[in-house]
Amino acid sequence: MNAVVEKTDDIEIRLFLEALYRKYHYDFRDYSMASIKRRLRQAKERFNCGSYSLLQDRMLHDPLLLPELLSYLTVQVSELFRDPPYFRTLREKVMPHLRTYPSLKIWIAGCSSGEELYSFAILFREEGLEDRALFYATDINPEALKKAEAGVYELERIRLFSENYQKSGGKSSLSDYYTAAYGRATFDKSLRRRAVFSDHSLVSDAVFAEVQLVSCRNVLIYFDRDLQDRAIGLFGDSLSHKGFLGLGAKENLRFSRHSEAFVEFSRNERIYQKRSEP
Amino acid sequence: MTKSSYEAVVIGASAGAVDALSKLLPELPAGYALPVLVVVHVPADKNSVMAELLQFKSKLKVKEAEDKEPIRPGALYLAPPDYHLLVEKDKYLSLSSEEPVLYSRPSIDVLFETAADAYGPGLIGVILTGANFDGARGLKLVVDAGGKALVQHPETAFASAMPEAALRACPGAETLSLAEIAAFLKEAQS
Repeated sequence: MNAVVEKTDDIEIRLFLEALYRKYHYDFRDYSMASIKRRLRQAKERFNCGSYSLLQDRMLHDPLLLPELLSYLTVQVSELFRDPPYFRTLREKVMPHLRTYPSLKIWIAGCSSGEELYSFAILFREEGLEDRALFYATDINPEALKKAEAGVYELERIRLFSENYQKSGGKSSLSDYYTAAYGRATFDKSLRRRAVFSDHSLVSDAVFAEVQLVSCRNVLIYFDRDLQDRAIGLFGDSLSHKGFLGLGAKENLRFSRHSEAFVEFSRNERIYQKRSEP
Repeated sequence: MTKSSYEAVVIGASAGAVDALSKLLPELPAGYALPVLVVVHVPADKNSVMAELLQFKSKLKVKEAEDKEPIRPGALYLAPPDYHLLVEKDKYLSLSSEEPVLYSRPSIDVLFETAADAYGPGLIGVILTGANFDGARGLKLVVDAGGKALVQHPETAFASAMPEAALRACPGAETLSLAEIAAFLKEAQS
């Protein structure tokens, strides 16, 4: 009989993710396994565990491990004005539509350490829409949310952020928005004035507000196809009529069950618009 | 399917890649039975023309890999700029924005490692010209999983550091010229 034998590693990883979910309610069970496996391997080495079963043992019995473990499982790579053409297109093509609304709600789903939130705040301020807007910045990682609320970044990253800002059509200078001291750049707290930071899981949580724009970039790639569909469905349910969905530079809705619910607004910059109801 | 039949090919190249692939790819016929997955180190500029360049030389359908795209024969999937390309066990592709590995994103190691996990003995790993060490660890994982390792002969490579590092990591790999690699790959589809 040709039974496919599952590798021990893979069994252990499935059990680890199940245990993580049952103990702490962080649900990575439907994430793309190739990436999770790589990162769990790094976590296993970092914590000196000879196997994933041993890592599971430590995770279950040592809650202090959790924050660092989460930092391995969630990808926190981000930049201000990441993919400048995306922000340029938002500024030049999407803002004119958003201007027609008396009030705006913007959802940054998977906000990581806040880089995208501050990008939106700066963009909206420069385009005169800050006072009409409310930004929801959500993530599953509590440490990332704390960092997002603080708005402090290593100064050595500022050069890249500034370049991105300029390329995205920034109207003044990024240095207008932060103060530098002790190797760190602290973004002006007024930029947080219109922001709400909250934990929210695209795996398990529901719609929490009607929004005109969802920006969820380089988050869906870590989900398997079913979970991607769930998230996109959630975005569709959250968006108002003709609302905008912005994805990451190489993400698209092509393989999603919900592709028909959206039209391509800007193909190159991965910005979609929710189809009007028939 | 017999135990020794191959299911996929992964190729990694860096400096000198376009030239090397331009000599290798024309040898693969249209409808080549094994999907080909390729990482070429390119700058992070998202509007890369690498796919078009390679399409000129190839009878395979050359495209930039998309997230959650099913892997099909007759196609060559190229890692997009600034994303890692991963193979899922159920033979889909995934992209990732994780940190660069050995300063590279896309990383040859990441493709090879995940492909080895998905295809095991059914995988052929090919390391071509390049000036850094990306791919050496990945090729070893291909071999450890029972796959076949082919390395472009350092002396014929535009940049020899990558093939040399791959050979240090995999002493059992076959050192071949581009023509010999092409011949092996053609033979492998039967």
